[in-house]
Amino acid sequence: MPMTEFQEIWSYLTRDPLLWLTATLVAYAIGDSLFRASGRKPYVNPVLIAVTVLAGALAVTGTSYTDYFEGAKFVHFMLGPATVALAVPLFVNLSKVRKSAVPIIGALFAGSLTAIVTALGIAYALGVRGQVLISLAPKSATAPVAMGVSESLGGSPTLTAVLVILTGIIGAVVATPLLNLLRIKDWRARGFATGVASHGIGTARALQVNETAGAFAGLGMGLNAILTAILAPFVVRLFF
Amino acid sequence: MIGHLSLILGFQLLGEVIARSLGLLMPGPVIGMVLMLLLFIAKPWIATAIRPTAQGLLGHLSLLFVPAGVGVVGHAAALGSDGLAILLALIGSTVAAIAVGAVTFSALARITGHADD
Repeated sequence: MPMTEFQEIWSYLTRDPLLWLTATLVAYAIGDSLFRASGRKPYVNPVLIAVTVLAGALAVTGTSYTDYFEGAKFVHFMLGPATVALAVPLFVNLSKVRKSAVPIIGALFAGSLTAIVTALGIAYALGVRGQVLISLAPKSATAPVAMGVSESLGGSPTLTAVLVILTGIIGAVVATPLLNLLRIKDWRARGFATGVASHGIGTARALQVNETAGAFAGLGMGLNAILTAILAPFVVRLFF
Repeated sequence: MIGHLSLILGFQLLGEVIARSLGLLMPGPVIGMVLMLLLFIAKPWIATAIRPTAQGLLGHLSLLFVPAGVGVVGHAAALGSDGLAILLALIGSTVAAIAVGAVTFSALARITGHADD
């Protein structure tokens, strides 16, 4: 193919959302097939693989994130409806939720407080100060809430969004081996703790494993969004 | 399918309108989820009807986080010289929060007599 023709096709593709939308789905399909080929090992995380593949593709082709997002926004948009759809597994498990009111409230406070205090404590001990430290406080909450909390406390919403995603991926990778190590077999406890600590990405992982775990993870994510907004300002004040 | 998707989008829209008009920090989709749960409690047949569509959306929930994840790579520089300290804080804190949350949940479930069934 002559170079000019290639450039013409390439410039068409870069103006059209189709290329990066397709690339996002293909990268995820690669991640998902590697995950299955590994015998569904949690550390072979499809999100992490897809992100690595796409970041490499963007770097090689010199594509900006803004151009990439023109295509990827269609996938990103579906996060909203998917969150609403979490009402279905929650409804299916409603009788279990009703019976678990006390453990839910206890684990919510324990998990939420631990997430904020240990994040700030470890970072402070390692010399992190100022705006970066504040931005760390709400990282276990779902992104829109965490960014709002960060901004109201004087943190950086953009940095918080990055920390939220990293927390989600860490949660999705460590949850299964960690909970096996602790010998926690109760799907409600496993899912709920994962949702509280690592929001939607943790919930996505819990749904892959078990529907009850997924329902409780979605519940944990929703409740921790509220509690983080309440607790984070008090905990941050302890460090300043 | 179209009807079910419209209902889900309608609840998200309703959630967004409520969140914005009341100035709530809670995201619209989370409010939409709560409202939809209330609808299911009132009319359980709707939950049964919508289930295949919801499972389709949730079956690959991980995929939906990929675009935001790619955004993280571009902002990795924002972590600056604190990068390693922050990464250690995130790992330590996430491990601690999952462990404490899960242990608290199962201990309280045992105490209140509602252990796993």
